[in-house]
This record gives sequence, C-alpha cells and structure tokens, in this order.
Amino acid sequence: MVSMTELSKMHNSPESAVRLKKRKASEWRLKAYGILAITLAGAALITLMWSVVSKASGAFTESYITLPVYLEADEIDPDGTNDPSIIGRANYGGLTKDALKAAFPFVKSRGDKRAMYDIISGGAAFELRELAMARPSNIGQTIDFRFLASDIADLYLKGSYGELVEQNADGTLSVESDGKAAVVTSSAQDFAFVMARVKADLRAKAAFNRDQAALQENGRAVFTERGDLEEAAKREAARDRFLALAAELEARGSRTDGAEVLDKNSPSVLVRMGDTWVKLTEVSATGGAGKVIGTLDSGELAAGEWQVYLQDLPEASRKVSDLQVMLIENLRSAGAIETVFNTRFFSAGDSREPELAGIWGAAVGSFWTMLVTILLAFPIGVMAAIYLEEFAKKNLMNTFIEVNINNLAAVPSIVYGLLGLAVFLGFFGVPRSAPLAGGIVLAVMTLPTIIIASRAAMAAVPPSIRDAALGIGASKLQTAFHHVLPLSMPGILTGTIIGMARALGETAPLIMIGMVAFIVDVPKGVMDSATVLPVQIYRWSDFPERAFEARTSAAILVLLVFLVLMNGLAVFLRKRFERRW
Amino acid sequence: MTDTVKISTKNVDVFYGDNHAIKDVSVDILHNTVTAFIGPSGCGKSTFLRCLNRMNDTIDSCKITGDLLMDGEDIYAKSVDPVQLRAKVGMVFQKPNPFPKSIFDNVAYGPRIHGLVGNKTDLEEVVEKSLRRAAIWKEVKDRLDAPGTSLSGGQQQRLCIARAIATAPEVLLMDEPASALDPIATAQIEELIDELRHNYSVVIVTHSMQQAARVSQKTAFFHLGDMVEYGDTSTIFTNPVDQRTQDYITGRIG
Repeated sequence: MVSMTELSKMHNSPESAVRLKKRKASEWRLKAYGILAITLAGAALITLMWSVVSKASGAFTESYITLPVYLEADEIDPDGTNDPSIIGRANYGGLTKDALKAAFPFVKSRGDKRAMYDIISGGAAFELRELAMARPSNIGQTIDFRFLASDIADLYLKGSYGELVEQNADGTLSVESDGKAAVVTSSAQDFAFVMARVKADLRAKAAFNRDQAALQENGRAVFTERGDLEEAAKREAARDRFLALAAELEARGSRTDGAEVLDKNSPSVLVRMGDTWVKLTEVSATGGAGKVIGTLDSGELAAGEWQVYLQDLPEASRKVSDLQVMLIENLRSAGAIETVFNTRFFSAGDSREPELAGIWGAAVGSFWTMLVTILLAFPIGVMAAIYLEEFAKKNLMNTFIEVNINNLAAVPSIVYGLLGLAVFLGFFGVPRSAPLAGGIVLAVMTLPTIIIASRAAMAAVPPSIRDAALGIGASKLQTAFHHVLPLSMPGILTGTIIGMARALGETAPLIMIGMVAFIVDVPKGVMDSATVLPVQIYRWSDFPERAFEARTSAAILVLLVFLVLMNGLAVFLRKRFERRW
Repeated sequence: MTDTVKISTKNVDVFYGDNHAIKDVSVDILHNTVTAFIGPSGCGKSTFLRCLNRMNDTIDSCKITGDLLMDGEDIYAKSVDPVQLRAKVGMVFQKPNPFPKSIFDNVAYGPRIHGLVGNKTDLEEVVEKSLRRAAIWKEVKDRLDAPGTSLSGGQQQRLCIARAIATAPEVLLMDEPASALDPIATAQIEELIDELRHNYSVVIVTHSMQQAARVSQKTAFFHLGDMVEYGDTSTIFTNPVDQRTQDYITGRIG
C-alpha cells in the first residue's frame, strides 16, 4: 500500500535533487545540440551562397572591343538598293576580320591570324549585320563598332587566367632586331625577378620529376618481388630517366648565371615597347631573345619606354595565347575595351558560345511548364482532397487509395519521367520537348504533395465550423466550398507552392521527355520545344568552356531567386488568407 | 403554451457501431414550448437532440431506428432532404461557432443559401430582425462588418442564435448553449430563450438543473441512454416519479 503522504516527502529528498539536476543537464544538452545543428546548417548555407555568388559574378558583365570597321559598299550592297534582304547576305565575318587585320597589320602568319580573330565573338558579325540592315546609311562608311569580346578575351580581362605582372625597367634597353626576331639587352638587372621566377619553376619541375621517379621505383620493387624482371628493368630505366631529368633541372634551377630557354610550359616573359612586344624564348638576368609582335627596328630605348611582363601560368595551361594577351593589352591601352553589365545573359536563349548564351529561353520554358503544371495540378489536387476529406466514406477502397497517394509522394521523380514518356508522349502523342509534356509530367508528380497538404489543411478546420454550416441547412457541397475550402486555403496554397517549387527545380523527369535538348529559340507557347532552368544548369555544368562555369552559377542564382520569390509568395498568401476562428 | 405536438418520437434507438447510445426513447416536443433534456454526462441527451435535425447523418457509424415525426411526417423518410430539414430545425451548439466572416455575413448566410430573400434590402431587414430577436442588435448594429469572431463569448453565442433563427426555423435545438458562458451572458441567453418560445419550439440540452427549471416548461431526464422520466418541468423538479430522477435532482448522482 502506497502512502501518498510518504510519497510527497520524496520531493525533498536528496535523490530528488539529483534527478532534478540530471533533468536540467539533459535539457541543456538538447538545447546545445539544437544550437549546434542550426549553426552547422547556417554555415553550410553561407558557404553555398558564397561559392555560388562568387563564381557567378563573372557572368554578370561582358566585354566589348571597339574597332573601326569599314562597311564596304561593294561587299554589302553593290547596287545601293538599301534592301535589307540583300544587305543581310553579305559576309560580315569577313568584315570583322578585316577590321582586326587593319588594327594589327603586323599579324601575318595564318595561325597568328586565327588566334587574333578569336578575341572577338563569332556572334559579333551578326550584330554588325543587324546594324547594317537597320541603318543602311552607314554602308560605305567607316564606323566605330562595339564588337562583343569572345569568351577567352572576356575571361582574360576578368583575370581568370592569372595576373599579368608588370615591372617598369630601370636600365636602357638596346635592341637588335630584324623585324621578326630580336635580341634585347638591358643595362641593368631588369630581368632578375623574371629569372628568379623561372628558376623557381625549374626547381618545381625537378621536384615533380623526383616524385615520378619515386613512383617508378615503387613499381620496380613490386615487379622484382613478383619475379617479373623484364617489367622491373623497364621501371628502373624510367626511374633513372626521371632522376637524370630532375638532376638536370635542379642544376639549371640553382645556377645563378647564364640564360634559360622558355617554352610553352614555362612562365611567359614579354617585353613591351609601346604597342610592340617581344615574346622571349630565351632569358637571362639582363635580357633575352625572342619573337617580335609588331614592328621593331634596332636601336636603344630609355628607361620608362619599356616594361617587362611576367605571366605566371604557362601558355600551354591557358586558353588565351601570349599573342592574344598582347593584342588585348594593346587594345586596353588604346581604351578600346569596355566591360558593361551583361544584359544579354538575361535576354538571350541558349548558345554553344558562352559569351552569347543567356538564361531567358530556359526561364520562359520554365514559365510555360509551370503554367501547365499549376493549371492541371491545383484544381485536380484540391478537388481530390475535398472528395477524400469531406465526402469519401471510410472504407477499404478509400483507405487503399489514401495509402497509395501518400506513397506516390515518395516515388523518385525519374519514374514520373518514364510514365510521361510511355503514356503522354508514346500513347497520347504530346510533342517531345514541349512545356505541355513537361507540365503534365510535373503535374502528376506534384499532385500527391498538393493532395496531402490540402487534406491536412482541411482536416485542421475545426469541426464546429462544419457543424455550424450543416446546422443551418447548408449542403455538404456548400459547407465544403463556402467554409472549409476558404479556411484551409492558406494551407492548400502553401502546399501547392512548395510542390511547385519542387517541380521548378526538377531535372530528371524532364530529361526523360526530351526537354534536355539544345534549344536556342525562346519558346512562344506550350507546344514549342523548350528547356527549363534546372536542365539548363545541368547542361551548362557539363560544357567544357570555362566561361560556362560562371554562367552555370549565375543560372543557379536565377533559379534560387525564383524559388525565394515563390516561397515569399507562399508566405504572403498564407498571411493574406489567414483567418481566426 | 399549447398542446400541439411539433415533433413526435417513438421507440427511438441509436447505435454508434456496437454502442447502444439511446434505448427506446419516446418524447413529444410541443409547439411554442421550451423542452429541456437533462441528465448526467454521456447519458445520450445530445445524441438524441442531434437526431431531431439529422446531424447524426454525418457520422458514418451512427444507426437510428424508431419513428421520428415532425408535423406527422417522418424525418428520416427517403423523400426528406436533411438540408431542407435543418433549415426548418435550427441548431445552436455548445461552443459558440460563428463563421470567420463578418457579423452580417454570419446571419445572412442561411437566408442566402436557402434563397429566402430576393434582394439586398430584404436581406438587411432579415438580418436586423434576427439580430434584434437574438437581443444583440444594439451591441453590433454599428459594426456589422466586423468579424463575428471579434465578439465576446456571450455575444458570439447570441450571434449564433441570430444565425439559426435567420433561416426562419420552426424548431430550435440548443445543445448546452450557455455552458461556456459566464452567469451574466447565461442570464441573457436564458431570457432570450424565453422570448423565442413565442415563435418557436425550443429544445435545450443542459447540465444545469436550475437552468432547466428556469427556462423550460417540459423536462425529460435521461440516464445511461434511457429516458427515465418526461413531464411538466414543475412536476419533475418537485415531485419526480422515478428514484433516479429524484437522486439526480437532489445531487446524489451525476
């Protein structure tokens, strides 16, 4: 028999104090875990945002190169018809090349010319064409045209290929030139810092070869142990080759005098004399020899008239060549280069050229797809929820349906893509790659989410409201539509928008129905071929051009902005429709 | 008080699944009379009340047998639309449950869905009359656009009564209408019930025997699903026939 009086004394016992202390400790622990979890989540979010934003920044500006271009009347419109269809047929790519040739007459060889043409985007010729068609009065004149820079020129200007380090020289430079090659000698040790860098590079290469030798040595030991002496001998020879190379590189790297040969894998050393450059192939502390870019005669240059440039990244490791660097620097010095906000990114469709690629096509594709999705999923989902929640009897069949709806919400989205491919594309013949097909598939995928959220919202409406409506003679339908539905609207809208946000970010099912195609045109309706934002991100992330890295991140930002806007809308609608009872 | 029978019930049994909630109850609800159902918790008085306007239809497991006639017609006949029935048999619930709409819309909802009035002026008149009859007009006439949920508990309950009588019912069922209210609000509701008797048959379920004694002319005592005793209120409270009634009234059970 338990005595309650005895029990009440327990509250003051020492055991009770210990228990209390334990309880408080566990409470504190739980709080600490919670704070830790939130901090980790916050840190992860900040890291993600920082990484995306910092990578995306390059996509929000684009570079233009202004060059005088002669719109040759003989080429464009020989008969002076001013007919856009005739003007449109001219070779504007050729005119663009002519403009570059006129700006850099010293670039002669075929390979150099090709490199020179590559600093201007292939899309610039189309813009020139459009200008000529819009304003035929310019034909026959020389105009200053803003050519869109190519992706490599743009990346170089944004510093993506490392910095070009400039050093003003102290000595007087004597030049021996035959116009093509030149030997330059300074009266001071103006090339010492370059030499130091070149030597460091040699030592790093030596260390790399030593590592390779160590790997070969490992291989030799393993094969010796296995008894494969032939292979072991091969490894030994390779090891010795690497060691010899390393020794040679080390010797060169530690030598303090003499000249060093520069190749495609060494840092680039450039000597600049106004608009003329010498790209050194051999360098010592006081000078070197190399190829002339521009026009150069023998003579002497005083300090201040020439500079030494060092580009750390070897030419072989970057897309932009030394020739292109020098041409771009010349243009920059002439004030011909400007960097402006990249409106093209927000207004253009997709392109294989990164500098021409834009997000607008995908954004419009997403819009059409979402439109189809919401027009299908919202009414069907809400109606299904009303039926299940307000009308359906509790029997085995309905329980079965209910369980299956809940399970459908957890089905991997690619399965819906397969369903769409088989049923909507295969059987009903909905056009491939069209927002209609994508919208239907995403609607099917979103339906369970909307139904579940809507049912939960309706179940949360107090029964007293239903009683009140039924009590004054409202039918079930009237009760559902006049009272339950408006009261559950905030919950329904929240669920719908969350479902839509998921659909907006969905890639997998759309790949199955062909929305992953390369589509340049902005879709004009639900039957046009289109792609959507997440698929665009997926595609760009797969492209080899480096400039797509920034565009991928920028597209992610655009998608995130849409998601934030949709969630904001959800919050707004919830507050707007919220009513107390 | 007349002796015209408004609703007549005979041998009514109600089952919730296997649970036999109402056992063989027969009661006649008289015209222009307040009938009180009293009894301890869980005795079935609310269940029986909800049979009178078929509110139990919404519960799937509920089964009702016996005769329930209103003006001689079977309430549970196939031809009777429960929606139509509930327009004629209004109901007020234990907890005030105004719609989260304006005061005006709360009262106007019934007339609107039943198409009782053709134009706005008539509707406004019906709303005003209902609110006046529910003795709340003076308090709300200047703020008909305010949400019904912004009123106090007693006001909300009177609003619910106004809403119930706006559909011009013939019978008004009240399920413990004053149980959630303070004594002042309760007094107002009781006064109102007495007023309403002149136009409607009122059936009230209550826990409070004093309330039953104050407002009703007829009283039925329920105990464990049985209707133990039914008669004039004065008789039940002063001279009960059954021992259980006597025990309940004197506070020995319940």
